[in-house]
Amino acid sequence: MNIFVLLKRTFDTEEKITIAKGAINEEGAEFIINPYDEYAVEEAIQLRDNHGGEVTVVTVGNEEAEKQLRTALAMGADKAVLINTEDDLESGDQFTTAKILAEYLKDKEADIILAGNVAIDSGSGQVGPRVADLLDIPYVTTITNLEISGETVTVVRDVEGDSETIETKLPVLVTAQQGLNEPRYPSLPGIMKAKKKPLEELELDDLDLDEDDVEAKTKVVEIFLPPTKEAGRVLEGELDAQVKELVNLLHKEAKVI
Amino acid sequence: MFVTLPQEIEQMKQMVKNFADKEVDPYSQQIEDEDMLPQHLVEQAKDLGLFGISIPEEYGGIGLNAVGKAVVLEQLGRTHNGFVSLISAHTGIGSTGLVKLASDYLKQKYLPDMAAGRKIGAFALSEPGAGSDATNLATRAEKVGNNWILNGTKHFITNAPVADVFTVFALTDKAKGAKGGITAFLVEKDFPGFTIGKKDKKMGLRGSYTAQLIFEDCIVPEENVIGEVGMGYMNALKILGEGRVGLAARAVGSCDKLIELSASYAKERVQFGKPIADNQAIQWMLADMATETEAARMLTLKAANMIDEGKTVIKEASMAKLFASEVFNRVADKAVQIHGGMGYVSDYPVERFYRDARITKIYEGTNEIQRLIIARRVLEEN
Ligand SMILES: Cc1cc2nc3c(=O)[nH]c(=O)nc-3n(C[C@H](O)[C@H](O)[C@H](O)COP(=O)(O)OP(=O)(O)OC[C@H]3O[C@@H](n4cnc5c(N)ncnc54)[C@H](O)[C@@H]3O)c2cc1C
Ligand SMILES: Cc1cc2nc3c(=O)[nH]c(=O)nc-3n(C[C@H](O)[C@H](O)[C@H](O)COP(=O)(O)OP(=O)(O)OC[C@H]3O[C@@H](n4cnc5c(N)ncnc54)[C@H](O)[C@@H]3O)c2cc1C
Repeated sequence: MNIFVLLKRTFDTEEKITIAKGAINEEGAEFIINPYDEYAVEEAIQLRDNHGGEVTVVTVGNEEAEKQLRTALAMGADKAVLINTEDDLESGDQFTTAKILAEYLKDKEADIILAGNVAIDSGSGQVGPRVADLLDIPYVTTITNLEISGETVTVVRDVEGDSETIETKLPVLVTAQQGLNEPRYPSLPGIMKAKKKPLEELELDDLDLDEDDVEAKTKVVEIFLPPTKEAGRVLEGELDAQVKELVNLLHKEAKVI
Repeated sequence: MFVTLPQEIEQMKQMVKNFADKEVDPYSQQIEDEDMLPQHLVEQAKDLGLFGISIPEEYGGIGLNAVGKAVVLEQLGRTHNGFVSLISAHTGIGSTGLVKLASDYLKQKYLPDMAAGRKIGAFALSEPGAGSDATNLATRAEKVGNNWILNGTKHFITNAPVADVFTVFALTDKAKGAKGGITAFLVEKDFPGFTIGKKDKKMGLRGSYTAQLIFEDCIVPEENVIGEVGMGYMNALKILGEGRVGLAARAVGSCDKLIELSASYAKERVQFGKPIADNQAIQWMLADMATETEAARMLTLKAANMIDEGKTVIKEASMAKLFASEVFNRVADKAVQIHGGMGYVSDYPVERFYRDARITKIYEGTNEIQRLIIARRVLEEN
């Protein structure tokens, strides 16, 4: 089975995040494999172990992303591809990333492509579906279970507190939701072996793309941290009056109803 | 950092930190209560290759250099010190003799199983009458035919109740003593005449066991001599020397954890209407904790780096052990102080670190002995 995983390097949202000059401050931030992509890597390795074949992890990014690719190789992926856009692009969006990935994948005869459901940084959840659309293959998002038998693919997907079972056929693109599996830690011998596994570096030129082909369709206007949580308010008085006040506050102040 | 870590060591650092913080740490209280390590954690550590860090690749380990080992042990030091003891005694003093000094035959026979954690290692030098004065051994070994016959008692041997292979030091020539009369042997737990005594009840390091070893006409085949006959004392010093850097690294990792715990507690704990972190008295403690920890880390990495450069590190390894263990104790004391009454009860991990810190000034050579070693060198050099 020819398996591809789309992987993004992101900052760790469990660590402290600061903003400077309209961008996330990279200094001091910890960088990791996007956690949802980690589920995708784990699932890909399990698929390969059960069905044979090869796992290739692909990222669009800069040289820094090599570390996350090596980690995926240390977990057990076979090959890695870094599409380095550092010299070619100043900015990009989901369209940019999807276009580049699709261009790379179009002649790879992938049986299955796995991605994360969302990236925890920009959180758009668009790259997977866009790639599938460009490749003209079916896709299923937020999956929590995956079984493949012959050409038939059975997936369970998460739908807002419920689950849905879908049957489709290879080739397919799926995006991973939490609960799909428990990603393994890269073992120390795995990390040593990963040093010797192939990591190919490509640029837009190698994909016959130029800047205009992948120009971002959106523009980030502003980035800000969510407001810090303020102390709660304790309502007092008769229960009836409290309920009325609560509804009033939710409506007028919090503007949620 | 003045030592630039290769990418794979950075990766290992991140992995081991995650393992320590996310997998082991949640079981720390359970380990304290039950004085037992959860088997699944031990198995996971084996699967991750942690038991093979010091064993060369050709014998199934990953053969990290000294800096790599220090980085891994530092991250392990973040979590329960009893759990870490199992691994560090095994990868450190418990296997270094085999790796550095043993015949190919012994290496082939034992190292692959040790690298995978199927066989656990221990190091047995100390005796009731031979602690700091390790030359005063009473355990004797006599050559009879193709075997050595061991008689005597060792005590305080880390991992003894769970270990499979022991590096044991015994007198082979009383007249020569430390100068050519002590020999190291590889003793398997099932060798006839070898029994493990009862476990010690310790102040800390719960889940890690130390016990007596009793040899009564224990038969050890001659091929199980580690290194040369008579060279055991020099060999013991070599093994302990490198082990000291690992101990220092673990202490530094524990300090990092204590600083994190203390800083976040100080920011949350409100007294007199403001977080206690707003008081200079607390800030100064945190400043000293952080500064001393950083200095200990540098000294440790310096000693490790010197080992990798093939230099003699007797003095530097002793300095790292001495300083890091004392910093660990000071940091643990301040962490308890910052936690106030909460630092004295076992609901918070600082109480455990405070007890676990204490042993680091005693074992692998007491800090008085480290000062002796350092002073001797300083006087020689100047
Ligand atoms: C939890 C634990 C685990 C251990 N694990 C191992 C192990 O795996 N393998 C092993 O072989 N041993 C092990 N030991 C033993 C440990 O290495 C010894 O306890 C240590 O070397 C000190 O020896 P001692 O206890 O006999 O103290 P002593 O040597 O009796 O020392 C008592 C005090 O006298 C001081 N002192 C002694 N001589 C001098 C001197 N010349 N000048 C100044 N002060 C001096 C010491 O510094 C100390 O303060 C362990 C001990 C413990 C408690
Ligand atoms: C075993 C034990 C027995 C006890 N017995 C009793 C008892 O019988 N009766 C009873 O009433 N209490 C008892 N206590 C409670 C004890 O008196 C308190 O733990 C102690 O007063 C410290 O308060 P705290 O733990 O809330 O720490 P905190 O007041 O939260 O202090 C935390 C840290 O902040 C520092 N700090 C706080 N404010 C300032 C400031 N303004 N400037 C500088 N530093 C500051 C403290 O010195 C400390 O280092 C007991 C506690 C223990 C652990």
